[in-house]
Amino acid sequence: MSKRDRTPKTYTRLTHPLVRDARDEPFRRASWEEALDRAARGLARNRGAFGMFSCARATNEMNYVAQKFARVVMGTNNVDSCNRTCHAPSVAGLSAAFGSGGGTSSYEEIEHTDVIVMWGSNARFAHPIFFQHVLKGIRNGARMYAVDPRRTSTAEWAESWLGLNVGTDIPMAHAIGREIIHAGLANEAFIERATTGFEEYKALVEPWTLSLAEKVTGVPAAAIRELAHAYARAERAQLCWTLGITEHHNGTDNVRALINLSLLTGHVGRYGSGLQPLRGQNNVQGGGDMGAIPNRLPGFQDILDPDIRLKFESAWDTVIQPHYGLNLTEMFEAMEDGTLKAVYCVGENPAQSEADSEQAVRRLKALDFLVVQDIFLTKTAELADVVLPATAGWAETDGTTTNSERRVQRVRKAVTPPGEAREDIDIICDLAARLGHDWKYADAETVWNELRSVSPDHYGMTYARLEEHQGIQWPCPSTDGLEPTYLHGRLWEPDPAERGPLAPFGIVQHDPPVDLTDEEYPIRLTTGRRLDSYNTGVQSGGYASPLRRGEYIELSPEDAERYGVVVGEQVQVTSRRGSVTAPVWVDPALRSGLAFMTMHFPDEVDTNALTIEANCPIAGTAEFKASAIRIEKLPIATIVG
Amino acid sequence: MDLHFGDSKPTDEERAAVDALLGPPESSWEGADRSDADLRWARGGREARDRRDLLLPGLHAINDRVGWISDGALDYLCRRLTVPPAEAYGVATFYAMFSVKPRPATVLHVCTDLACAAAGAPELCAGIEERLGLGSGVSVQRSPCLGLCERAPAALAIRAGDPVRTAVSAPATVHDAVLAASAPDSAPQEPPAGLAVPQAGQDGLMLLHRVGVVDPASLDDYRAHGGYTALRRAFELGPAGVIREVTDSGLVGRGGAAFPTGRKWQATASQPDRPHYLVCNADESEPGTFKDRVLMEGDPYALVEAMTIAGYATGAHRGYLYLRGEYPRALHRLEHAIAQARARGLLGDDVLGQGYAFDIEIRRGAGAYICGEETALFNSIEGYRGEPRSKPPFPVEKGLFGKPTVENNVETLVNVLPILTIGAPAYAAIGTERSTGPKLFCVSGTVERPGVYELPFGATLGDLLALAGVRDGLRAVLLGGAAGGFVRADELDIPLTFEGTREAGTTLGSGVVMAFDDSVPLPRLLLRIAEFFRDESCGQCVPCRVGTVRQEEALHRIAERTGAAAADDIALLREVGRAMRDASICGLGQTAWNAVESAIDRLGAYE
Amino acid sequence: MTVTPLGIPRRMLEFTIDGEQARVPEGSTILDACRAAGKDIPTLCEGDTLRPKNACRVCVVEVEGARTLVPACSRKAEPGMEVRTGTERARHSRKVVLELLASSVDLSTTPRVAGWLKEYEAKPDRFGPDAARLNEEPKIDNDLYVRDYDKCILCYKCVDACGDQWQNTFAISVAGRGFDARIAVEHDAPLTDSACVYCGNCIEVCPTGALSFKSEFDMRAAGTWDESRQTETTTVCAYCGVGCNLTLHVQDNEIVKVTSPHDNPVTHGNLCIKGRFGYQHVQNRG
Repeated sequence: MSKRDRTPKTYTRLTHPLVRDARDEPFRRASWEEALDRAARGLARNRGAFGMFSCARATNEMNYVAQKFARVVMGTNNVDSCNRTCHAPSVAGLSAAFGSGGGTSSYEEIEHTDVIVMWGSNARFAHPIFFQHVLKGIRNGARMYAVDPRRTSTAEWAESWLGLNVGTDIPMAHAIGREIIHAGLANEAFIERATTGFEEYKALVEPWTLSLAEKVTGVPAAAIRELAHAYARAERAQLCWTLGITEHHNGTDNVRALINLSLLTGHVGRYGSGLQPLRGQNNVQGGGDMGAIPNRLPGFQDILDPDIRLKFESAWDTVIQPHYGLNLTEMFEAMEDGTLKAVYCVGENPAQSEADSEQAVRRLKALDFLVVQDIFLTKTAELADVVLPATAGWAETDGTTTNSERRVQRVRKAVTPPGEAREDIDIICDLAARLGHDWKYADAETVWNELRSVSPDHYGMTYARLEEHQGIQWPCPSTDGLEPTYLHGRLWEPDPAERGPLAPFGIVQHDPPVDLTDEEYPIRLTTGRRLDSYNTGVQSGGYASPLRRGEYIELSPEDAERYGVVVGEQVQVTSRRGSVTAPVWVDPALRSGLAFMTMHFPDEVDTNALTIEANCPIAGTAEFKASAIRIEKLPIATIVG
Repeated sequence: MDLHFGDSKPTDEERAAVDALLGPPESSWEGADRSDADLRWARGGREARDRRDLLLPGLHAINDRVGWISDGALDYLCRRLTVPPAEAYGVATFYAMFSVKPRPATVLHVCTDLACAAAGAPELCAGIEERLGLGSGVSVQRSPCLGLCERAPAALAIRAGDPVRTAVSAPATVHDAVLAASAPDSAPQEPPAGLAVPQAGQDGLMLLHRVGVVDPASLDDYRAHGGYTALRRAFELGPAGVIREVTDSGLVGRGGAAFPTGRKWQATASQPDRPHYLVCNADESEPGTFKDRVLMEGDPYALVEAMTIAGYATGAHRGYLYLRGEYPRALHRLEHAIAQARARGLLGDDVLGQGYAFDIEIRRGAGAYICGEETALFNSIEGYRGEPRSKPPFPVEKGLFGKPTVENNVETLVNVLPILTIGAPAYAAIGTERSTGPKLFCVSGTVERPGVYELPFGATLGDLLALAGVRDGLRAVLLGGAAGGFVRADELDIPLTFEGTREAGTTLGSGVVMAFDDSVPLPRLLLRIAEFFRDESCGQCVPCRVGTVRQEEALHRIAERTGAAAADDIALLREVGRAMRDASICGLGQTAWNAVESAIDRLGAYE
Repeated sequence: MTVTPLGIPRRMLEFTIDGEQARVPEGSTILDACRAAGKDIPTLCEGDTLRPKNACRVCVVEVEGARTLVPACSRKAEPGMEVRTGTERARHSRKVVLELLASSVDLSTTPRVAGWLKEYEAKPDRFGPDAARLNEEPKIDNDLYVRDYDKCILCYKCVDACGDQWQNTFAISVAGRGFDARIAVEHDAPLTDSACVYCGNCIEVCPTGALSFKSEFDMRAAGTWDESRQTETTTVCAYCGVGCNLTLHVQDNEIVKVTSPHDNPVTHGNLCIKGRFGYQHVQNRG
């Protein structure tokens, strides 16, 4: 099929600071002095109504300095990053169960496991090199099961693909749990030793018979039963998920429902058995680890713990607010009600990445002051008062990032940044100095060593050791040794003292998607990634991928026929929030009533004009995965192709 | 697997051909119409990927029905079997009998190999090509040896359809060959296999005694002539007893390598890994060889019985018979024989009521000499390109599907029947001390009575040629086929044993004895041999892939030269030949230069 | 102290290389042992991330008692084996293999081969001016990488990397047979109609430069490719959270090629299209 002619928007690098006196004026070039002075003034006058958007794409060191800026310079815990839009529920769910927000296993372990469950994850496209480890596992004899509304490339590798209705993950998980219990396959020794709340959980899942689950999820009972038995009977099993689980209004509940299955079967805390949420951005794990989230200090240490606060207060010579700050979602709400007036946004593009993007833009415009620090003039930067040109974290600076298996790895400067662009840390420090805090960091390693001194989980990771081991996974409390590749081995300890806090079953209820389908909006729209593109396309638009074909509304062959539309034909796509036109693509992996779009080409089709900002009350993540839409033929057929 | 398919769709006929082999598709993911159930639950994984070995039968099914393999047909087959189209394309283009480009439904293979070349194949070919040009509906292909040397020159017509039709014309005239190609159904029947055995009906034959005597379609006739007494005896002896008999008989492999059969069986039987497989190598492609064809056409039940015994002895419950693609009559005879044996309980879950399960599956080759190499044959059965594997590991340890496998050729297996019926000591008394038993020889070329001869090991080349009626003017004899070696007309006292030929600096190989008088220019024969190896090299390793090309080029250059004018190229041939022999992966490359070298050294070619 | 499972310890075995005692873990190849002993054996089709294919036969050595030479890259060392690496017989085969390749394939971008041709006194010209060559034109059908099969020695490494050993995309295979065998996608179609996902893992393992970044191909054509002016810096990919290590090859402050360390626990030398080719945005400098 021929690709349509597209003139995709490409972004060129920012090479000098930009400022303007009023939002309706155009930007003008400014010196660093002027730009930083303006930024400092704008932030200073909004002390107490400030929020920091840190960057899940930048280094750990930058995130550490950014959260320190928020907490020390601005005196607030209002710091967050785009992890909110993807995996915050994973972090919330995992920390609720195990006290720590990272995936419990390592990539290598999946090569040596027996059963792999990929739930709401098209890792073949979204995490291709992780999927290579999965493929090694499959080649070594592991059986893989895929749970996904679409029969994705990932699902095509599965022994069994279960095509559930969007937003019915909890019924599916509960039915699997019930089946495991009824078949006598629950790991009673582990439940007894390492968990709490089993009786309550048992009562919770009891109504979820296979036949009820079949009615709700649409998946045959036999398929659910087979998955339940395969997972429970496996000697080792890995449960992996991605945004199909988290980008729901009840994302944290979804995560808890999956964790329950690992507690029920003892598939956690052992080599080859574990839980693996796959992180969507190069440093979304590290951003949280560094404390660039409203409820944790660096090293994933709880702000509410007075001893922890004391440690940081003496290290930073400051007072830390003894309560959680606002998360990204809450900060946007606070913009609406005017209690948040200034934002320092580093490397994020919320104007396009937030659900219900029109609303997000309106709220950003309402700010008194917005400073954006980025490598491109993004849609968000276009709304700013001051734009500061930064370096590309991965190729133009030194530092570290942390991947999905908690491995901290070195990033190194390979090219010189263009024009007057400067390193994020230097810019933040210059701003801090203007606001009365004179921080001296000779280089990224100095920042890292400061972090090591306050974070026990990172203490053992010197730059030299990171180099030597090609990255080290946390926790790494000692400079002499390495810990196991998996977390929570403690749960298997016979000695209760070493076992530590037990893992509670999550008592979570099914709650269908907020945006219900009905006669007016009969089609369920879900979203995801493609192989060659990434997020809002600002980065990935820069190279000429032969696979790229731009944004489409992907329909099942049956729906295309029903609406009388063909590949390439422009149609009107409307949700309860907005409407866009998009060309049609037909994908046999979809069933009737299910449509698919990405957020890769917001300059062509603003998919997030359709999505709903129904947020997970615990983690704040929006329900990107479930909108209700309708498709309409345009009065005059336009075919691109 | 997340396979990528293009937009090409199969025709109804192509789809029917594949479905006839595999049954109708079970889900829309495999090519059926979409159903709601498919869009909720799909099976895949290990089971779906485990049917790769049906790729070659699938390609045959399409090629047999349509005559070539279109993009749409290949994609459909791949979808059914969960095989990546690129790999299937690599497999389809490996075999000479397949075409991935459109061609007429009828292909006429005209043999231009050694025996046929000596019998006028070039003229025959030219005549046929003149009659069957473009638009004739027939594609004429010059072919390597068709295994019909006793009736040279030979041609084989294959007309795609349902069912596929074949006709053999041998000895062929232009008229007969054209008739066979244009009307295969009304072409004259082939003469019975017995006619290829000049000794047919004579007393004392052990391997050929039923050929030309029994009705090859009749199981009862086979049993009336001593059939299935050996299997009964095998059950009395038990597997270990059978292996002991075979070991004590001194039987060695008849395919050319002369490895002791008993040792091979013992090594396979003792492997703890399961299952074990038996593979019968009936991919008889060595130019000049046709004994296995004659055995299979004339006495097919003997092979079925012998395979059953071999399977029983080595602990295999499944035997694969890898049959040369150019042997349509052998295919029909064996399909019939296997079905009959199954119907009578001589194959199946409970052979002879002894509680032993064994069955045989026929797999057809598709035109690749290299697939006669044992590990290339495994790859071919498994649905991969027929490229040899690196050894070790050896097949007895990791063979077909990576499992312990015993592989024997047809003649070797058939020898097991007399070993069990007359006993190892009596068998071992036949022949010489180190080459025991009877041996089959494929005599062709300038002799009065070409055909398959059975002689005890130890007879001389002269004895054999006398039987076959050698004509005057004998210049040279090629022993062992294209991978063998030439001997001179004054070397007829060479004893036809493994050790005797080795001592004489030549080889017995697969039993080819091809006589040439001086009417055929030697350089042309040598060039044909070099062409053969260039065409048949699989291309995997450098010494063989490029070396065979460089050798053919050199032989072209010196085709009309002698003495000093040829000396440089002969030195080149030797250097390249030495590296091919030392460094090639498999026997093909290692032996490709043997015959040419022997012609230079022994016959004084180019002097 | 490490708590990471190290696997079952391997037994050691002893044998000799060129008369000297060698001690290696069970399962080591002769090549592993030779390299450990500091012996330089030429290799072309061998790849550190791939199972040995032993197709090129340039690494052959002599093993006492073996009828033919054996490929050092794939033959496992056995106790008591006597290996000789520099015999006249082994050197002859290596020389001829080099001559056969150099006379049929463009080896101009194959690292080290010029040195070996000299060392083994190989004379590829001896087959005459009419010796058959591959005669392939570069296939330029996309903006990311070029397939110049005139430089292909048919080592199978790209096929193995694309196939079940790593990528499992199976976009390419060897098609045809013998000297006419070529790497091809299904139906010999252009790459853009194939299963290719442009991960470039085939480029990573190609030993001859037959597969190369379009940027490298263009710069070579323009005469501006200069590895002596290039730096290699390993960093972490800027896209998803898997954390793949990238080695950026930079010339004149421009990224011109991306590879990945073969011993990296995350990538084992493999990347996806974004990691391999998605660097252009940092150098859209206006």
